[in-house]
Amino acid sequence: MPSGLLERHLIFVTGKGGVGKSTVALTLGLVAARRGLRTIVAEVGGDDRLARSAGAAGGAPFQEVQVSTDLFTISIGPEDAMAEYLRLKGGAFGGALSHSRLFATFAMATPGMRELLTVGKVWELSQPQRRTRDAEPYDVVIVDSPATGHGRGLLRTPRTFSEIAAVGPIAYQAGVIAATIADRSFTAVVAVATPEEMPVNETLSLHESLVNDGLDLDAVLVNACYPQRFDLPDLARLQKGNRRRASPQARAAIRAALSEHERATVQHEQRARLEHAFAERLMALPFVFSRALGMQELEKLADTLEDELG
Amino acid sequence: MNVEEILAGKGVCVCAGSGGVGKTTTAAVIALGMAARGLKVAVVTIDPALRLANALGLEELSNEPSLVSAELLGIELEGELWAMMLDAKRTFDELIELVAPTPERAEEIKANRVYRELSTAVSGSQEFTAVSKLYELVIEGGFDLVVLDTPPSRNALDFLEAPGRLMAFLDGRALQLFLRPTGFGMRIVGAGAGPLLGALRRVTGIDLLADLTTFFGLLGPMTEVFSLRAREVEALLRSDRTAFVLVTSAQSEPIEEAIWFRRRLDEANLPFAGVVINRFHHDLGSGESSEELESELASLVGADLAARLVSNLSDYHVLAARDAANVARLERELVDGEPLLPVPQFDDDIHDVAGLLRVQEYLFATDERRAELIENLIA
Repeated sequence: MPSGLLERHLIFVTGKGGVGKSTVALTLGLVAARRGLRTIVAEVGGDDRLARSAGAAGGAPFQEVQVSTDLFTISIGPEDAMAEYLRLKGGAFGGALSHSRLFATFAMATPGMRELLTVGKVWELSQPQRRTRDAEPYDVVIVDSPATGHGRGLLRTPRTFSEIAAVGPIAYQAGVIAATIADRSFTAVVAVATPEEMPVNETLSLHESLVNDGLDLDAVLVNACYPQRFDLPDLARLQKGNRRRASPQARAAIRAALSEHERATVQHEQRARLEHAFAERLMALPFVFSRALGMQELEKLADTLEDELG
Repeated sequence: MNVEEILAGKGVCVCAGSGGVGKTTTAAVIALGMAARGLKVAVVTIDPALRLANALGLEELSNEPSLVSAELLGIELEGELWAMMLDAKRTFDELIELVAPTPERAEEIKANRVYRELSTAVSGSQEFTAVSKLYELVIEGGFDLVVLDTPPSRNALDFLEAPGRLMAFLDGRALQLFLRPTGFGMRIVGAGAGPLLGALRRVTGIDLLADLTTFFGLLGPMTEVFSLRAREVEALLRSDRTAFVLVTSAQSEPIEEAIWFRRRLDEANLPFAGVVINRFHHDLGSGESSEELESELASLVGADLAARLVSNLSDYHVLAARDAANVARLERELVDGEPLLPVPQFDDDIHDVAGLLRVQEYLFATDERRAELIENLIA
């Protein structure tokens, strides 16, 4: 259902560690680009992993790297974001500040400053009039956010700063960003979970805390779902069959099937909790059985996601 | 090798790794196993699954470990198991109360806006309070072993770096230098004090600056105590009483993290003790061609089901091959004899005592026994 998702300009993708946030962010980026939207997937934290998994060479943090038609990636580290901000806003002395290691140490250690600088750059990317010189605007900015707790910090920090700093440029800037995040026709938040207890718990509590902050989850994506390959009659036949005469390989095949069924069943229970909470907002992506997630696998996931988005 | 051998003579076990790899469960299993073997153990968890927390009798965040009833667990413990769920904000408050010269000063600090942000901001404070709590338990708790689960983050390195960042801030030296017009900061930047301070104000805002100044004013000499505590914690983590256990799954990203973390531990002179690999897919049989297998299965369960069994098994082979390749990559980073303990992917979530005991079997088994368990798993 979340058919309006790609009409938003700024999409935060968050979720517990290990649930495949980056994969989902990149897949969503592929879908947006297929629809002719100029799209950038922004990785936060400056690890430069995304560009690598999208096939680009990597090694160019803070650069907008084109990976295919209409699809770009960027890796945003707070240090680079600060240098850029100071260059743009601080004038000549801003430049001097950006070269001061003392100031950098202090700024990076100020609680919330890393998040604010990061989300500030994300905001800049999403603006129709880019602040960065000669930069072209994007239709969609997809943020591969840090794990839930920190991801929530990312969404909340601008508002906190606009309150703490009260007056002055940081307060003003933070206020503008906070308003952008709160504008639900512009910004969307997508949570990713695998159908397991902890990720589902975290998604439910993230939802609760976003609602408390006056925000909401626009879509929830349940990732890495096992296929339901065997039904109960199958299971009965597998358990009944006389396995003593079977070869080790045949026994392994039966063992693998029983275990697949068990996992799919456990997943089903957890998925039901998400369905109950999010109903129409829920989308699903299958588990990918492959050695590595390359472009080929991502394109296949994008096919599924296109269907899910409707 | 097993966990008992890895932790022989150790007083601290830090379970580190990237998010979603089973750190909390592994920490609980290690603590439970060592308590079963006669030690008085405390486990500090950050964010356990509700059912796991319930299993350990942890109903809410607390700041002191409480004794886990062996009766409630339904198992025999030769030693004692204590558990707590870290409350970062309260730990921070207690630290302030401990180091403030007067209770009034402590209250003033706790009411300061900068402090309130600082103590609840997720990044940094959890990491700092976790190691601070660890130190307290090790020094004053009277435990034989303290097991620490580390805060969830994508990047395992955060745990090592965040406390340092927080200390750099609390230290406040950078800012104080900037605020003093004749300070060292001004001289090394080489610009006149006035305009530079102006630029600083321009980009931060006067109120924030004033708040920060008040905050550092209040902290005053207390920052010395914080620095001292940080240095002591660092010394403890570097000592040979401590063991860092890396926890990872066999997927490629967590393995990459584990490799980075392994190198970082060396660079930082921190004692690495071994790797636990959760959710490992052991290869289920191999060799026979799939046509032969399919016709054999068809005779056992019918053609339609046989075809699905074969394709399902081949997906399993892919996962097993993936895991084996990733683990081999990690193994090349390890020095000979550094233990690597695989725990298989179970069919269901691990969230109760029975589940912990199942994992424990693998982590505390002798090499021979582990091989036997894996053999049984496959057959």
